[in-house]
Amino acid sequence: MRNSALKSSVRTFASSSARSQAVPTEKPVLSKQFKIYRWNPDEPAKKPTLQTYNVDLNQCGPMILDALIKIKNEMDPTLTFRRSCREGICGSCAMNINGQNTLACLCRIDRDANKDTKIYPLPHMYIVKDLVPDLTLFYKQYKSIEPYLKNDNPPEGREHLQSPEDRRKLDGMYECILCACCSTSCPSYWWNQDEYLGPATLMAAYRWMADSRDTYGAQRKEKLQNELSLYRCHTIFNCARTCPKGLNPAAAIAKIKLELAAD
Amino acid sequence: MMSTRALGLGPALRSAALKPKFAQVAAVRRMVVKRGIQTNSLPPSASQEILNAQRLKRPSSPHFTIYQPQLTWLGSIANRMTGAALSVLLYGYAIAYLVAPTTFDSTHVIELVASLPDAVKIAGKTILAAPFAFHSLNGLRHLSWDMGKFLSLKGAYQSGYAVLGATAVTTVALVLM
Repeated sequence: MRNSALKSSVRTFASSSARSQAVPTEKPVLSKQFKIYRWNPDEPAKKPTLQTYNVDLNQCGPMILDALIKIKNEMDPTLTFRRSCREGICGSCAMNINGQNTLACLCRIDRDANKDTKIYPLPHMYIVKDLVPDLTLFYKQYKSIEPYLKNDNPPEGREHLQSPEDRRKLDGMYECILCACCSTSCPSYWWNQDEYLGPATLMAAYRWMADSRDTYGAQRKEKLQNELSLYRCHTIFNCARTCPKGLNPAAAIAKIKLELAAD
Repeated sequence: MMSTRALGLGPALRSAALKPKFAQVAAVRRMVVKRGIQTNSLPPSASQEILNAQRLKRPSSPHFTIYQPQLTWLGSIANRMTGAALSVLLYGYAIAYLVAPTTFDSTHVIELVASLPDAVKIAGKTILAAPFAFHSLNGLRHLSWDMGKFLSLKGAYQSGYAVLGATAVTTVALVLM
């Protein structure tokens, strides 16, 4: 008697479902193929290949990044990719998904299980491993445009003031997270990335030219006044088409060209 | 002790020491087999060399073969190709006329074209008219971009479709001429 009373009192603290509760309905298996670019630096002679993984979409989050993390956790821990914030603000998980550069964390999985999803690293970049491209040159190019406020006569004892109109000129440019989606979608950047700066860096350059607080506009323009740094842009618009933040580097570059022409 | 430390066996032997004798022997044997690979320590300055050796072997990721076909970049490629083809034709004909003025003069060209069957004439006119129309109209689109017009993504697509439509109409008009 005492034994059964103890048992029932223990039962109330148990985490397993009581008999009276409804059994959750099992979702059917919705298996989708993910074909992912693989290359291992430990076996450099082996050519890059596409490896196929089957993921049950009913046991997976809604975004491509969720599928990648699921594959890495449950199927193949050697799969390598960059990710951090999972909310489209760090720019780490930029990759080419179904032919378009975007952030894996902002890209929904197409729930049509008959179609496979192909995932490649950012196009025309040297590959460190699997989906991780070498962005050294990209960052060097960004550094080369001196992406910070340069002003010889800072106001004394107070902050730089800026009118709301002048501040509005920076909207649509300062939001760039440097994920490199735009630069690596640009055919001009594919063929000339050793000398052409690429859309991301050029938009950052214009962001500082357009800033009313910066006094180095003339020097910034002078640096772009050559055949390759800026003028390899042929207004293709792949950059604006692919930007996961909805920015328009093509328009910023066109404005630099206009200002250089007016000089 | 020094030799076990070099092999990285210290912690494994220490934990094995607490076990019964036969387990100790087995554990040591297992560890020696498992950790028999010796690592060699390198100075921090060697990292650049290793990185450079790795960089030499890195593959370049695929680009235009895997990128989604879009009006943006396919239109740009078409603009370049039609431009190159039209230039080759113009310069080729001009140089040919310079080299052999008697075979490439207007009379001979007119006679040659008149002798062709109708189907070849129409096909030839289409092949000449379509690239000319596209390149000219897309050139206007580029000029308007350079003046700061149609610089939004929507503007780029609308002007792109407008150029394609106008190219079709112009081509038909030129062929019927």
